[in-house]
Amino acid sequence: MEHIVIIGNGIAGVTAARHIRKNSDKRITIVSAETDYFFSRTALMYVYMGHMKFEHTQPYENWFWKKNRIELKNGYVNTVDHQNKKLVLADGNTIGYDKLILATGSKPNKFGWPGQDLLGVQGLYSKQDLDQLEANAPDNKVCKRAVIVGGGLIGIEMAEMLRSRKIPVTFLVRETSFWNGVLPAGESAMINEHILEHHIDLKLATNLVEILADETGRAKAVTTDKGETIECSVVGLTAGVSPNIDFLKDSGIELGRGIKVNRHLETNITDIYAIGDCAEQYEGIGQRRPIEAVWYTGRMMGETVAQTICGNKIEYKPGHWFNSAKFLDLEYQTYGWVFSERGMKENEQHFHWRDDKEKICVTVAFDKKTKQFLGINTFGIRMRHEIFDRWLTEKRDVNHVMEYLKDANFDPEFYSQYENKIVSKFNSEFGTSISLKKKSWKRIFSNA
Amino acid sequence: MKVIQNIGIAIFLIGLGVFTTLPFIGDFKLDQSSFDELIDSQGIKSEIFVSDLKSKLVNKNFSGFQPLAPLVEESIDKANTEHTKNKEWGKKVYAGSDDLATTIRKKSGYGYVPQNKGLMWFLTFGLGIIGALMFILPQVVTLGKKGIKNDHIYHQSSTNKGWIAWLVFIFLVSFYLVLYFKSEYAVNWTYLVDPISESLSGNPAGHWFVYGFMYCVVMTVMAVRMYIKYRHNMYQMVRTTSVLFFQIVFAFLIPEIMVRLQLSYSKGYDFKNAFPLDYDFFFNWNLKELIAGGGLGLFILVWGIVLTVVIVPVMVYFFGKRWYCSWVCGCGGLAETLGDPYRQHSSKSLFSWKVERWLIHGVLLFALVMTGFTLYGFFAETGTVLGIKVQSIMNTYSFLIGAIFAGVIGTGFYPIFGNRVWCRFGCPLAAYLGFVQRFKSRFRITTNGGQCISCGNCSTYCEQGIDVRAYAQKGENIVRSSCVGCGVCSAVCPRGVLKLENGPEEGRINPTEVLLGNDVDLMELVNKR
Repeated sequence: MEHIVIIGNGIAGVTAARHIRKNSDKRITIVSAETDYFFSRTALMYVYMGHMKFEHTQPYENWFWKKNRIELKNGYVNTVDHQNKKLVLADGNTIGYDKLILATGSKPNKFGWPGQDLLGVQGLYSKQDLDQLEANAPDNKVCKRAVIVGGGLIGIEMAEMLRSRKIPVTFLVRETSFWNGVLPAGESAMINEHILEHHIDLKLATNLVEILADETGRAKAVTTDKGETIECSVVGLTAGVSPNIDFLKDSGIELGRGIKVNRHLETNITDIYAIGDCAEQYEGIGQRRPIEAVWYTGRMMGETVAQTICGNKIEYKPGHWFNSAKFLDLEYQTYGWVFSERGMKENEQHFHWRDDKEKICVTVAFDKKTKQFLGINTFGIRMRHEIFDRWLTEKRDVNHVMEYLKDANFDPEFYSQYENKIVSKFNSEFGTSISLKKKSWKRIFSNA
Repeated sequence: MKVIQNIGIAIFLIGLGVFTTLPFIGDFKLDQSSFDELIDSQGIKSEIFVSDLKSKLVNKNFSGFQPLAPLVEESIDKANTEHTKNKEWGKKVYAGSDDLATTIRKKSGYGYVPQNKGLMWFLTFGLGIIGALMFILPQVVTLGKKGIKNDHIYHQSSTNKGWIAWLVFIFLVSFYLVLYFKSEYAVNWTYLVDPISESLSGNPAGHWFVYGFMYCVVMTVMAVRMYIKYRHNMYQMVRTTSVLFFQIVFAFLIPEIMVRLQLSYSKGYDFKNAFPLDYDFFFNWNLKELIAGGGLGLFILVWGIVLTVVIVPVMVYFFGKRWYCSWVCGCGGLAETLGDPYRQHSSKSLFSWKVERWLIHGVLLFALVMTGFTLYGFFAETGTVLGIKVQSIMNTYSFLIGAIFAGVIGTGFYPIFGNRVWCRFGCPLAAYLGFVQRFKSRFRITTNGGQCISCGNCSTYCEQGIDVRAYAQKGENIVRSSCVGCGVCSAVCPRGVLKLENGPEEGRINPTEVLLGNDVDLMELVNKR
């Protein structure tokens, strides 16, 4: 029986294992040093905040693995020996494989800041990081203030976590406005306001210079490039993540920033594949980046590589870009591409609407000339994935999107609807006279 | 704010303390005329019983803690043994000792509590309400900006099965045990609400009136909490208002007013309570009363049948069982208000799901078989069907399902097993609605393409123990018979993945091989197999 070994029990590795099991009878082993069982990394914040217990982050009950004959091995892989098709673990044991899937995920970035390895300085990625935060910042007596460095999704999550325990937080963001490398200005500005409303001390356009230690080797303060010294007990480093591939350095597997793979997710070595955060495409697919540290791309690569390994060789073909996040109380969804002013393409034009009372806004990107709809960002309004996916595939123009916007609304029943306001602003801005169509189940379900 | 809240807790605890003390205090003394009245009203013909009980009770002082039921029981036994021996069947006493003891106490209480009903109401219900609101209202500020506010649910003793939760558990279970089985101790509570009962129905309050009134008060206060907690979520606001309305108007006020109006059928009737949840609807005595109750009685009989056979399933077809379970039903109403802080305790394991299906369908079967027996007995005018006493089946159901399961376990276990234990494992109506919802309905919880990140908030906060995430992370809609459509999974989802909706039946159940967003050529995938 062919033995498939997967390094990493995150969403990518586990999805691969599940789909290989669905489609074959192969022997499957998952190796991980992080936790015994798969858990949802995205939910770690809710454990600290007391919304859930750690066990709730595990999507499958513990009996699931044995029942589906997926062997779990708790261990850290030191070396991949592809000549002899075996892995050497940190405890000296070896595991042989016929096919190997690398799904080792990411690690938090550290940019060589002085003091970045002091006690009380940490990222937020793994279960171990969560445990460490619980120890470093159990309450606002032990942790008098925390400084978070890096204004991305993990940074704002960490700020929300610490605020839930009433710990004062200073948030150092390199950009002049939160996440404005990704979000258009209007949206970024709205989040700035929202961060301040949550009593987070947001310092924009501010960089970390050094983390200072006390006599026990613990972080006691940081200095910034604005000449400030901020006293703190915990420093959160959340300036992005990069592939967790150090153990592969001399393995012969081709590496860039991540593990280089082709569209079939194959590495340069036969029978070794890489999926998820750690995989790097030779060229970005469409407008995607070569490395995508996103939950659902990990899952999709897992689904794809499982097909290939089970004899149905298919390419990794992620469809239209989509994503979602939550900034404190603000839900964000995006479908298609809406670039920030910094990343905006030549032909891209934006329509931005923001409600005058609620923290709700929408940005629609479309082609200046052809009016083709390119993408939408929504804050505070949930939208239907299927509908936007279809409109993108059908290359609808922006007027069509406006006209049928109600079909795309995915907010719970009885919520206030904003389509009228959105469309009337669109009409006045672009001199159109689009009248909104009523929601139609028939359209929503057509070609579904 | 914190100070106001702490004072609120103190005031609430004082109110609760007084309320809890009441069953143990008070004085009771039955005079001769009340005693005669009592014997008369119960239609008791046994002179042995009368003289025996009289010697024990009349003009004697009893304190609150001294149980009367055993004394009554003794007299009943003594009388009945004698009558059985003499074959004097007409003289046997059939009244229950607990009911008799309760009636005796209600007639004979004197002293501070019955003489200061208003003040005592204030010291119990009044302080409870004020204290609770002082704790709840400041949450408008303390919870911060509107949004999902589940911080520290698993850090707090009260919501994480800590000692507070266990105390609440003990209190609730004891309360239900008193209510169902030792109602003589509830007599002091009835005095508190006598004025309210008299103003509504014209009668003094019984212990079930206390329960009904308290139910409404608790739901109202906890609904205020819901309004604050979910103020960003219109679905929760509207739904909470709906359950509150149906409880207060249909379950509480209308039945009392029916009694006041002394209509031909003068027992109160809860028009929203559908069989088989209303399990005694087809009991012999109820049918007889309905038929004897003139136009209104017949209307109720027809309404009750139409409600169960037509209205309930048709509404479930269009809106899912939520229209009943989390918009109308009283049990659901309490679960969604008082029970909301405990919704996360429902077990999500596959094992629990198996237990659930056996239990709830077992209860439905039990209810249906029992009803079959009672109906046969009714039309054939016999008390024994297939050699089994119909009365004993009815008694068993009332005791095991009606009292123990629905009451003691259903509500008492809120802080430990979650707020929908009865609705999930026991309610025969829920089982019936569940069949309709699963197999013939427009309702589903739609999963939004590939947006799920498997975080598990939906599953954690599902009061019905549905592993919502298991479906959402596969891109599948959630169509489960047990879903009561409370809408909390959708509310707590950080990525906008779930939406409760009523749409075309086609495509409602949508198993997927590969989720939306991964553009593998599906036809190719299928062909290559």
